[in-house]
Amino acid sequence: MKGHVFRLLTLILITQTSLFAQSENMAFIKGNRYIPLYGRDSTVVEVKDFEMDIYPITNAQFQDFVAKYPKWQKSNALKLFTDKSYLSNWENDFELKSSEKPDSPVTYVSWFAAKAYCECQGKRLPTVDEWEYVAMADENIRDARIKPDYNKQILAWYEAPRTNENSIGQHPKNVWGIYDLHGLVWEWTLDFNSVLITGESRKDVDKDSNLFCGSAAVNATDLMNYAAFMRYAIRGSLKAKYSMKNLGFRCVKDINK
Amino acid sequence: MKTIANYLPLFISLLFFSCFESKENQYDKAEDIPVTREMIAELTSPPNVPAPIGRRSAKKLIVKMEILEKEGEITDGVRYVYWTFGGTVPGSFIRTRVGDEVEFHLQNHPDNKLPHNIDLHAVTGPGGGAESSFVAPGHEKVFSFKTLNPGLYVYHCATAPVGMHIANGMYGLILVEPEGGLPLVDKEYYIMQGDFYTKGDNGERGLQPFDMQKAVDEKADYVVFNGKVGALTGDNAITAKVGETVRLFVGNGGPGLVSSFHVIGEIFDKVHIEGGDKINENVQTTLIPAGGAAIVEFKVDVPGTFILVDHSIFRAFNKGALGMLKVEGEKNKKIYSGEIRDDIYLPEGPGIQSMPTTDEIVESDIPAKSFEEQMQFGKQTYIQTCFACHQSEGQGIPNAFPPLAKSDYLNADVNRAIDIVLHGKSGEITVNGEKYNSVMTKQMLSSEEIANVLTYVYNSWDNSGKVVSKEMVDSVKNKK
Repeated sequence: MKGHVFRLLTLILITQTSLFAQSENMAFIKGNRYIPLYGRDSTVVEVKDFEMDIYPITNAQFQDFVAKYPKWQKSNALKLFTDKSYLSNWENDFELKSSEKPDSPVTYVSWFAAKAYCECQGKRLPTVDEWEYVAMADENIRDARIKPDYNKQILAWYEAPRTNENSIGQHPKNVWGIYDLHGLVWEWTLDFNSVLITGESRKDVDKDSNLFCGSAAVNATDLMNYAAFMRYAIRGSLKAKYSMKNLGFRCVKDINK
Repeated sequence: MKTIANYLPLFISLLFFSCFESKENQYDKAEDIPVTREMIAELTSPPNVPAPIGRRSAKKLIVKMEILEKEGEITDGVRYVYWTFGGTVPGSFIRTRVGDEVEFHLQNHPDNKLPHNIDLHAVTGPGGGAESSFVAPGHEKVFSFKTLNPGLYVYHCATAPVGMHIANGMYGLILVEPEGGLPLVDKEYYIMQGDFYTKGDNGERGLQPFDMQKAVDEKADYVVFNGKVGALTGDNAITAKVGETVRLFVGNGGPGLVSSFHVIGEIFDKVHIEGGDKINENVQTTLIPAGGAAIVEFKVDVPGTFILVDHSIFRAFNKGALGMLKVEGEKNKKIYSGEIRDDIYLPEGPGIQSMPTTDEIVESDIPAKSFEEQMQFGKQTYIQTCFACHQSEGQGIPNAFPPLAKSDYLNADVNRAIDIVLHGKSGEITVNGEKYNSVMTKQMLSSEEIANVLTYVYNSWDNSGKVVSKEMVDSVKNKK
């Protein structure tokens, strides 16, 4: 497994003309153009090269973070930036409840908290386009959305209860070397609310807006949309101060050439 | 001042044209009906409905509906993750009257994975409330609406992908009663049909995920009343007494199929067509569109078990759309005689019927490994195959189907029992001193399934406790 990371690293070092230092526990993502379910104008979007955390942020990592930045502790966090369920699976400012595992993904965090965490590491939250770009890969290819099995697996997770209580890294990594984009928790994105789902999803279909034309394409060959729809729906239902049991995050980093 | 001015023409018209009308306030428009006080709505799980509204005035009605994603059993041995309004499929029944101001609290349980919303067909407004109720897990949304039109309405989730949310069970009924309420009846029940699409075929054991492709093709594996096979049969049957009037609030959640709702052995005295004001009388089968409803009423005149079906009849007998209304009371021979005579009529052909055969009976994928499993699997086969005639406790039906419970005929000869399941049986037999003369068809079961079901029968209801193995079945099978 590790060997693979190194191989990938070597490959990157060879193929990349401009050298850069690979960050710890992050994987290099080669940018490209692709068509997401909902692009900003529902056409091709471009994703630049970036690095992404291999795993979602864990409870243990977030514990370190709040120890260092007291203003994000459960009792100190501003009500403007968090809601009542912020870290509600924590015993107090520093400890998890006994039922929680340190290597489970951290959840019950608001967008503000997630954003602050990433910034304190010199990173940022991924955009929806970046997240979706990496998440459309499976173990073997970068765009697995046409494979029925890929979609079925994701849908099966959407139906499985309490997956947030599992540990990170239990499922196979995808072709980029990234774990757990599907199968564990939903993840915050920087611009989660940039694609506005009104909550009246049928109207979104009718809307004379290119933004939503993807939704009209749901037919037998577009099973992939069903999984993606659900992600866009969950993002659309959120506000930045919300915290949720099934919602965590990971960070990305721009590559400075 | 303004309101008085509004009512003035009304009062005048009352004076001139309808001196004999009751003194109650009448409003031209439902939106003008004032509400007095707050009230928490009573919500009920199917097949029950809340108490009738009677003559109560319009109120501010507070409805608290909790969304739960939870695993349940769609039929014996087959589990399914339902998404529910109020923990049941269909969701809780909401009962209102015209002019009520409903304050709707939609609560999405924190354990849930997905955002949801609600579109109530009784709402006049964009999305039927869906726009205002889109709620993330662990949150609650509140919106309010005034009920303007009386009738029986479907509500459902309208979050993308809409079809999937409905297919997983997110629908229910809301009743808006007219001023003064619907006429009182003796019994009221709540029934809602829905179609389910599972990865495995009908009856395939284990946790079955939703199958999008089948849903798109509208090829349902299960078509059921109230969320699962058997939700309204056996001990769960709805009941009434002879002479009572029964009112059924029947909805159809879909997502795909339209229901031809029929009660075998009854004629609907009244049907509120499509749940609206218009009443049709003397109806045999009423069509209930997906996302629609109907109110049917009938007086039960004779005792017996009346079967509720979707008369697209394979759905009833092969996919689960079957319920029971059990009516107790005195027989009325004038209305229904029962069997008078049994004469021989044999124009041609063999005496024993058999089901159409494909020759190959597929062995069950999972053979039973222990006595406990034999009992468990046998019970499933019993419920699917034998239950309709021999009944839930093996008691049979007097004069028609012999009992299996404490049965001398059964316990006397195990090979004969195996032979009957394999090859069917017709002609007179005596069981526990009673004579029976009917036909049992040959059962299309594998040796394994026969061994399990007979083991189940022999080890239930005070029978001899014999264990039947696959080998015993095979030896009877190969005898001839």
